Amino acid sequence: MEVGRLPISAALKGKLVSAGYTSLSLLSSLSPSHLARDLNISENEALDILNHAPHDGRIDTSGGHHIISGAQTAWDMLHEEELLTRITTSSVDIDNILGGGISCREVTEIGGVPGIGKTQLGIQLAVNVQLPVHCGGLGGKAIYIDTEGSFMVERVLQIAEACWDDMLANNAISQNVHAGQVGMQPKDFLENILYFRVCSYTEQIALINYLDKFISEHRDVKIVVVDSITFHFRQDFEDMALRTRLLSGMALKLMKLAKKFCLAVVLLNQVTTKYAEGSFHLTLALGDSWSHACTNRIILYWNGNERYAYIDKSPSLRSASAPYAVTARGIRNNVSNCKRIKLM
Amino acid sequence: MASRPISEMGLPKSIANVFAARSIKTAKDALSLTEFDLMELADMGLAEVTSALAHISERVSPPYQTALSLLEQRIQNEQLAGHLPTGLKGLDEALFGGIPFGVITELVGPAGIGKTQFCLKLSLLASLPTRHGGLDAQVIYIDVESKFSSKRLIEIGAQSFPEIFYTRGMAQEQMAGRILVLRPASLAEFTESLQQIKLLLLERRVKLLVIDSMAALTSGEFEHGASKINPLGWHISFLKSVGELSRIPIVVTNQVRSQSSDDTWRYNFQVGTRHRDLEDTSKYDSQLIAALGIHWAHAVTIRLILETISALAFPFSITSSGISLLNDDGIEVVGQEISTIHCDGHSEIIHSDTLQFHRQ
Repeated sequence: MEVGRLPISAALKGKLVSAGYTSLSLLSSLSPSHLARDLNISENEALDILNHAPHDGRIDTSGGHHIISGAQTAWDMLHEEELLTRITTSSVDIDNILGGGISCREVTEIGGVPGIGKTQLGIQLAVNVQLPVHCGGLGGKAIYIDTEGSFMVERVLQIAEACWDDMLANNAISQNVHAGQVGMQPKDFLENILYFRVCSYTEQIALINYLDKFISEHRDVKIVVVDSITFHFRQDFEDMALRTRLLSGMALKLMKLAKKFCLAVVLLNQVTTKYAEGSFHLTLALGDSWSHACTNRIILYWNGNERYAYIDKSPSLRSASAPYAVTARGIRNNVSNCKRIKLM
Repeated sequence: MASRPISEMGLPKSIANVFAARSIKTAKDALSLTEFDLMELADMGLAEVTSALAHISERVSPPYQTALSLLEQRIQNEQLAGHLPTGLKGLDEALFGGIPFGVITELVGPAGIGKTQFCLKLSLLASLPTRHGGLDAQVIYIDVESKFSSKRLIEIGAQSFPEIFYTRGMAQEQMAGRILVLRPASLAEFTESLQQIKLLLLERRVKLLVIDSMAALTSGEFEHGASKINPLGWHISFLKSVGELSRIPIVVTNQVRSQSSDDTWRYNFQVGTRHRDLEDTSKYDSQLIAALGIHWAHAVTIRLILETISALAFPFSITSSGISLLNDDGIEVVGQEISTIHCDGHSEIIHSDTLQFHRQ
């Protein structure tokens, strides 16, 4: 029996045979986790077995199936998803409706009227991604692509300082204080935000193409924020069909980036009015075909005197709204008393 | 960057030649096509096309900077760390130092509230020497509605900075001499002036651009919802890019118009509450919103609403020396109302639950 020739222990060989793996070809299409479960052994041992089995391709540890290359079983995906952490938005209410925060490996679109806090949320996420995992971040760097010039460095510093204050306060209370944690100064947060200024749609497309190479050289990037995705595509585009093609090309590339490098992609969008059912509604810009492009969509809106975030589209989260506030310290939960005196 | 020729990008000769033959001459041409379009046009395989595009993209991408180096650069190189102080202490604090460079700041409010006064004061401040807190530079003032008054400008100068304007007799001529006033009579003339201004801005002699008012240029031409293409679209992106490149503050004034029933400002998931509001039509007549529409609103970075109720409100009065704040602590107001304007003119006294404001 071919399996008998593998340089593994007799016990393992016995398990293989009784599970039905009599020939090596049956092993070549398996993922280590699958084999481990089948044989009731540890994943390391399964990996060891598979490494010894001759195969015509390299072991695809993400679980490639021999019949269709690149495919993955839903079971393997579930395991991966459970391991993914999310990036907190600093507002507990929004985090709750998002299932913990902005998720990695997905493209999230956030849109709203001017002044609602899109750039503020983008900056908050760029700071939060740098927090250690137990504080709601991913311990990584951020790429901030600014197409409108609305990135205010002083505001980033203000938010970083508030974040650092919060971390200090929490560390004073919590028992698990690791050595290097409080070592992060507010200015260090600024050093981990890689800022790109894009001045035309050509540069925008070029940059998104280039990000693949860039991020492979900067593997600690864990979030890409584009503020906003819309700006350069709204003016003087006579050929709408071209615009749609370019936008969908961009969306696909961003999705690929998110999956390949396991990072979060956040796209900020503007609003426009649309005539439907006899009146004008507000809707996110770039048209109907773009609205299909992103995995998740969050709309920030005013409800009376308060700011709310609404999950408009998500494959796994239910539609819900949560209030939030933009404060001098950044995005926070909404304090119900909105008659506030100056916060500076 | 977008118009960089393909020939200069160091692509393999064969590919560059094929592109040129198919009139793909600049980066913009190449990147405006999808991979499949390029494959078909240039008759090349996917791998070649992908690597050519990756090569071009890398050359055309803008370079990056860390946010920290951006901050340090501004503190070191720019006057006053990239802000033009307005002299209104509370406002300057809220704006991290003053009107920011490189972005568009909008002043919006009803007629007679003081937008032009504010612009005059800012023009004066920019023309002052640096030791008095100015930018020591020329100013371009685009006066669409013929509201610029040089007599008033001198008066503001004399009242605000008596030590400069009286001890140095030439001061008036010098300050006023630095402010270039343009009076375009139509949108076409305005467009032309902008092109000329670009050169002056890039030569770094002009350090403030004031447009008073933007709304007057299109008054009536642009109807809400009528056309997909905004007639000011080109101007908006031009102003933004020129402001960025030359790192100067751009101040633009905007008018107000009354809110029509079409301005529902709601998304379709909020439909439930709409019917109630539609019936309450009495609300609409008294509400004013900024003119120029939502597209313009997205393009401005800072919107200062000269009004009694705005996101962070500073009660002010117009005096002989320009504008002065009644107190330096602002009052924050939230809600959709940061986009609406309640006051109708300067004789109104507004009461609200928490505070009382009036214009003197």
